[in-house]
Amino acid sequence: MRIKLEKRQEPSKLMQVVTPIASVLLTMVVGVVVFDLLGIDGQRAVIDIFLTPLLASYKWQDVAVKAAPLIIIALGLSIGNRANVWNIGAEGQYIIGALCASGVGIAAGTAGGPIIIITMILAGMLGGSAWASVPAALRTRFGVNEILSSLMLTYVALQVLSYLVGGPWKDPNGRNFPATAPLQPDQTLPILFSGTTVHLGVAIAVVLPFVFWLLMSRSVFGYQIRVVGSAPNAARHGGFDGNQTVWLAMLIGGGMAGLAGALEFAGSLKAINLGFPSGYGFTAIIVSFLGRLHPIGCLIAGIVLAVTYVGGQVAQTTVHIPNATAGIFQAMMLFFILASDIFVRYRVRFIPSAKAVVQPAPGE
Amino acid sequence: MDFLIAAIITIVGISTPILLAGLGELVVEKSGVLNLGVEGMMLVGAIAGFAATVLTGNPWLGVIGAAVAGALAASLFGFFVLTLNSNQVATGLALTIFGTGLSSLIGLSFVGRIVPQFGSVFPPELARDPLLKVLFGYSPVVYFALIMVFAVGWFLKSTRAGLILRAVGENDLSAHSIGYSVIGVRYAAVAFGGAMAGIGGAYFSMVITPMWAERMTAGRGWIALALVLFAGWRAGRLLVGAIFFGVLMWMELNAKAGGLSFLSFAQYIPSQFWAAMPYLMTVVVLTLISMRDRVGLNAPACLGKPFLPAT
Amino acid sequence: MANLNRRHFIAAAGAAAAAVPLAGGTAFAQEKIKIGFIFLGPIGDYGWTWAHNKGREAVDAALGDKVETIYVENVAEDASAIPLIRDLAQQGCKLIFTTSYGYMDQTITVAAEFPDVKFEHCTGFKRADNVSTYNSKFHEGRAVLGTISGKLSKSGTLGYLGSYKVPEVVLGVNSFLLSAQKQNPDAKLKLVFIDSWFDPPKEAAATETLINLGCDIVTTHTDSPAALQILEQKGLYGFGQGADMSSFAPNAHLTAIEDIWGPYYVERVQAIVDGTWASADTWDGMKEGTVVISPYNKAVPADVVALADAVQAGYKDGTYDIFTGPIYDQDGNLKVEEGKVMTMAELAVIDWFVKGVESAA
Repeated sequence: MRIKLEKRQEPSKLMQVVTPIASVLLTMVVGVVVFDLLGIDGQRAVIDIFLTPLLASYKWQDVAVKAAPLIIIALGLSIGNRANVWNIGAEGQYIIGALCASGVGIAAGTAGGPIIIITMILAGMLGGSAWASVPAALRTRFGVNEILSSLMLTYVALQVLSYLVGGPWKDPNGRNFPATAPLQPDQTLPILFSGTTVHLGVAIAVVLPFVFWLLMSRSVFGYQIRVVGSAPNAARHGGFDGNQTVWLAMLIGGGMAGLAGALEFAGSLKAINLGFPSGYGFTAIIVSFLGRLHPIGCLIAGIVLAVTYVGGQVAQTTVHIPNATAGIFQAMMLFFILASDIFVRYRVRFIPSAKAVVQPAPGE
Repeated sequence: MDFLIAAIITIVGISTPILLAGLGELVVEKSGVLNLGVEGMMLVGAIAGFAATVLTGNPWLGVIGAAVAGALAASLFGFFVLTLNSNQVATGLALTIFGTGLSSLIGLSFVGRIVPQFGSVFPPELARDPLLKVLFGYSPVVYFALIMVFAVGWFLKSTRAGLILRAVGENDLSAHSIGYSVIGVRYAAVAFGGAMAGIGGAYFSMVITPMWAERMTAGRGWIALALVLFAGWRAGRLLVGAIFFGVLMWMELNAKAGGLSFLSFAQYIPSQFWAAMPYLMTVVVLTLISMRDRVGLNAPACLGKPFLPAT
Repeated sequence: MANLNRRHFIAAAGAAAAAVPLAGGTAFAQEKIKIGFIFLGPIGDYGWTWAHNKGREAVDAALGDKVETIYVENVAEDASAIPLIRDLAQQGCKLIFTTSYGYMDQTITVAAEFPDVKFEHCTGFKRADNVSTYNSKFHEGRAVLGTISGKLSKSGTLGYLGSYKVPEVVLGVNSFLLSAQKQNPDAKLKLVFIDSWFDPPKEAAATETLINLGCDIVTTHTDSPAALQILEQKGLYGFGQGADMSSFAPNAHLTAIEDIWGPYYVERVQAIVDGTWASADTWDGMKEGTVVISPYNKAVPADVVALADAVQAGYKDGTYDIFTGPIYDQDGNLKVEEGKVMTMAELAVIDWFVKGVESAA
């Protein structure tokens, strides 16, 4: 028997929805087995990582706050990924965005209020876009691969952060610890539900996917992105400028990452220290794929990933596994979803070989 | 003189692991595949090498274990991107996250353990004289790395297999139409890359600081990736680049410790500048390469793209 | 993958689960008073967190019939610590120890939400009615190491591997060198900051560099045993940091500064049990048994042991303080006049190095 793949005319809508769910379920099953093999209570670990954050209502705020930056960054990256523009430097753009917002906060001194907050957010978006414009310029001007240049710039951004918080922006009252001074209370994002940590950024992360959805499905821009991604030659004939698409994709990707950085800074952390870069920019790439590059998909995938983060922390205390272990699950989910792409694009047929037992071909 | 010798020894120590991982990634990229999972494979190699040494008591078996574990991790990546045509960027990142988590988990029972060390390759008398020590005083892994520089260079340039590998990376469709197995070649390259990254990782846990600690490679996998670009996909230049990185860190440390008078200016340069240098230089070099030839004689044309034969 | 610069082997965070009962929890757990601990690294790090966890075990041993301890390890020093601290409070902990400087604002934030829960923040300086701070005079241990180094160093050039220029490290550097200079007035010190608490390859390279610049003893203020392993290979000497690390370098390891938190933790937990807890700022040292010197290596000769023990004895009975003037800074300015002793407040914010520290920084 051999397996034959037949390319579908149209990607299967059903499979696009079924495969992500199946991937998460498969990850849970494999997780139980693998952890048991390693001598850890697998069932318990999987329950804690995937279910406890959803079942325990007081964990919801943690999930929401963690999901927000992932969703926002993934939205921007999905645009680029659809157009075959690979910005993997979102982590750097996120850092620079937060730093720009922090710069506004420092410049504002004790002044606060909505204008300062809005300026911080805009500065974050601009900063992220500016950082992303370097790979965009190098790509369009010199043909430099943006995957590589945007990745390299992430590490430069880390050093910029380290320099600023350890040097010029160091909190004068912070006893020399490398961190900026905390924001004034009226410089931080409003809290949506009093008594929680759920800040305005979470609301933005919930609304933005729908904005992007409209943008992608209803506007010429959305059409352009899709055409450039799926059929570059046709796009060129259709008058869409490839360079322009690269610029748009990078600027939006960087702007969203910068926005996420600014919101995380002004909403959650309120100061920047060396621990600020937490890998959201990289994880968001996974979110974007897990969400199948679709804005609503990103929303859901961002929540799923946030659950595994929060759940990973839960599992730390219950089964005492290192928190990096949550990464195993995140990676597995992505592996499975990428692998299952094949069901979306292809019809799988089992073709009996001459001497093998006949197996009925599952039709669809 | 002694100062110089000791400096060389320090620089060799810094350069070796990134050289090993870089050589592996170079071959992978030459075959047209971009594997961003180097850091993850290095960590898997680091814990596997350490664990194998603890369990067998033999560092040679440890290195082999590291290579095998790295190759296995890479093959996982290969299965997804080659067999299932998944996106290389996302899969590579997932491999890094996966490797970090897996190594932390496996490493739980190895924290605080001690491993037997490599003996010296050459008779210890040879390495006693300081001048000879700079030639004969290293761990076997260092010599292996150096040999691999020439082996990889020679393989890519002068062997038929190397030619095929480059052809696959340059134009997979025509290589396919001549009858070469694009997927087979890429699998082999990816596995080789994983093995080399694994050994590079084991260099940390077995040679530099013989111990296991979570995330002990501290981001060197990303430096190795940068190195391949910096080298313009050439093995010889990769060696130069690895040494350059070693010299850079050595200069930073010396400048801070007030070691070299001619570097006294450097203590006023923020250390972050030194740390950012390899990445900035890589971007510059990438740009120069791209400017010189738009088609990219060295950059494999199919880098990062899935192989989609017409049939 | 981007976490290059945090203390210990840390990553994102850790949490406690209240939704599900703790594995192995006893049926009587509800009757016991719960005590929570937030840890920075894994408890198996053989350093900072390992030592704090020993302190937690001491509480279990001393008061195990009255209290139950819960801990979370690998908690990042950022906002993600807030939900974890809050978690412990929600689980019913009456006293929560947050054991690293980077939890300062987070501790204050959560403490404001739970006025009935008491908090103890390690190495910080912000307090509230229900938040105490506590710290340890690690520099007293450095004085012992410096005394040994001043005697044993042949080159008179000592190496110091630092993480960041924070008061704790500056105090360590100054205490170490001043003590060495008491034995060898010409002693100098080369200092390298590696901008990380944990980067074994860089710690190793920095140690080699210091050795190459003439240092024959290198002491570390970073968290891995990497430097000791290099010193062992070179046949030189060093010290353990936070815990006895002699297993990593049996010959090079002269002694170590051990952080002993047990007595303090037991005392504070007892105060909760008795209902006498009050907010305080505690900075204990050798006298209280918080800083302990490991057994000396046989490479330390008897006369040097005597000197080192004298320093220890002086700290224990309060007759000795290395920060007694005259003390000059790097540029030769008199910072502490003859006979004056630096106050706790001055020490807590120190940001200058003493004469003889040769490096920039």
